[in-house]
Amino acid sequence: MRRETLLNAAIALGLLAVPLWAWSAGEPFTITLATRAAILALAGVGLNLALGLGGLVSLGHAAFFGVGGYAMGILAHHAQTFAPLDLGLFTVAGTKSMPVIWLTAMVFSALAALAIGALSLRTSGVYFIMITLAFGQMFYYFAISWPAYGGEDGLSIWVRNGFPGLNTLDPIQFFAICYVLLMAALVLSAVIARSPFGLALNAARQVPQRVETVGIPVYRVRLVAFVISGTITGLAGALFADLNRFVSPSMFSWQLSGELIVFIILGGTARLFGPVAGACLFVALEHWLGGLSDYWHIYLGALLLGVVLFARGGLIGTLAGREVAHD
Amino acid sequence: MTLLLFLEQVLNGLQFGVMLFLMAAGLTLVFGVMGLINLAHGSLYMIGAFAAAATAAATGSFLLGLAAALAAAAAAGAIVEVAVIRRLYPRDHLDQVLATFALILIFSEGTRWIFGSFPLFLDTPPWLSGPVTLPGGIQYPLYRLALIGVGLAVAAGLFLLIARTRLGIQIRAGESDREMIAALGIDISRLYTLVFALGAALAGLAGALVGAIQSVQVGMGEPVLILAFVVIVIGGIGSIKGALVGAILVGLTDTLGGVLLPLLFGVFLDPSAAMSIGSALASMSIYILMAAVLVVKPQGLFG
Repeated sequence: MRRETLLNAAIALGLLAVPLWAWSAGEPFTITLATRAAILALAGVGLNLALGLGGLVSLGHAAFFGVGGYAMGILAHHAQTFAPLDLGLFTVAGTKSMPVIWLTAMVFSALAALAIGALSLRTSGVYFIMITLAFGQMFYYFAISWPAYGGEDGLSIWVRNGFPGLNTLDPIQFFAICYVLLMAALVLSAVIARSPFGLALNAARQVPQRVETVGIPVYRVRLVAFVISGTITGLAGALFADLNRFVSPSMFSWQLSGELIVFIILGGTARLFGPVAGACLFVALEHWLGGLSDYWHIYLGALLLGVVLFARGGLIGTLAGREVAHD
Repeated sequence: MTLLLFLEQVLNGLQFGVMLFLMAAGLTLVFGVMGLINLAHGSLYMIGAFAAAATAAATGSFLLGLAAALAAAAAAGAIVEVAVIRRLYPRDHLDQVLATFALILIFSEGTRWIFGSFPLFLDTPPWLSGPVTLPGGIQYPLYRLALIGVGLAVAAGLFLLIARTRLGIQIRAGESDREMIAALGIDISRLYTLVFALGAALAGLAGALVGAIQSVQVGMGEPVLILAFVVIVIGGIGSIKGALVGAILVGLTDTLGGVLLPLLFGVFLDPSAAMSIGSALASMSIYILMAAVLVVKPQGLFG
């Protein structure tokens, strides 16, 4: 219908076409790059639900990314060492099955988001930013000082986990899994944004008092959005761990939380495909600038500064025009 | 644990706390007066440490190093304020977070480019080295004691500056009504640059002082920055008094938690399990403190 819709379709097709081309040309590394972009985009789509639609600037989403990663790491670690996970009252066998791991990752990141959200949403604005950042850092230090699962060194998983009916060791098949999940999350985001819940969330971002006055509990709406947002980011964490076959406390680092926000801003705030465009651009820059200079973060910083100061709609805003910019 | 050891840890916590205060004071001033959240404050801390280490290595004088740290951090703060930060005051917090995050990337990589990835070392000066014996027979490093003294002196100076001087009146007026003081003929953009440079100088001082007991390296500022955020959340945004109380609470909780929690768990667990559970919980203790304050007073103790 609009230029943005066409642009979204182009981004979705582009992210599919590049790895398919690389597959036919026999360049598995490009497929891995595309998979990395798809997974980071998924994490960004999760954050965008809270940040873009709800106006909740969370600088601690790495906590959920890391919880998802460690859910995968711990289950797969117990499976590969054949040592059941002892939970005191009962024991759980580890698993190498992706669906089970995803479910576990989503449940635990939802619980983490519920706890962090319930506390952080008592405040707003700049307090919220600082508090989510601090809670993210808490998970980071906990992961470093907890020796059972590698502590600072992290955990290596020897073989990628399996998905029924697919060979996940084949890069293009693993990419397909990540791509389908990304598209599913995008559809879910679009549905949420149009639902009464999404409208209430969007309204609460603009004028919370008015929303409260018509009888909608703003705190509860925001908390639900924060939990859904954290759950999606947690799923992305589990996939990211599977991509690298490695989890470490760096998945919890505050830089990662910052980068997730960078995806959204580079792509365009509150645009459905903003995080996808941003993550693709980020991975491309990382690969291209990282090859040119060891100090590529300087250029990334300068680009980011330019986007924030002068090109406020991000990539999608610049290409699709401002007519649907948020509020 | 003996009482002496406990008192020594209390002093360590106090020393950590006053250094956090130097960071948190600048952040809370900048937020209180200009309404800006500045993630790049940790970079100014790092710039102070690097300037001190490089100057002290070149001249052999610790005091010259401190002066260089103050000057470099204040200058970097003023330049950044004029070039970038000034455009961010009318923007929302998201833009401020992003732009200052970009500044962190530029400062960190720039420092790595100039000084390399290896840490620098800043030695404590000979006249501040060695232990002193405090009343009660505690042996305590003189340098750390000096840090507590400097921190408290800066805190007192800052209170006097805010409460008694013309600049302090302007700062307080800027917090409550910026249009009005602009209408009264105060050059508001000069005031903002001054406040930002003052906060930067405090961060640079903290970086230089702490640089002598830790290694000076890229990325040293951000963990301290996040702790300073915890301090501000606990103390209440914009409140210097809150920053001081919050900083000392966080310093004591972090230091004493790291020592006491493993001992506490050692009472009913075997030593290795007590050590791992205790230290894991200790790493979370200040965040639990922050969560507790949030439940009781969401706007912070003095907010």
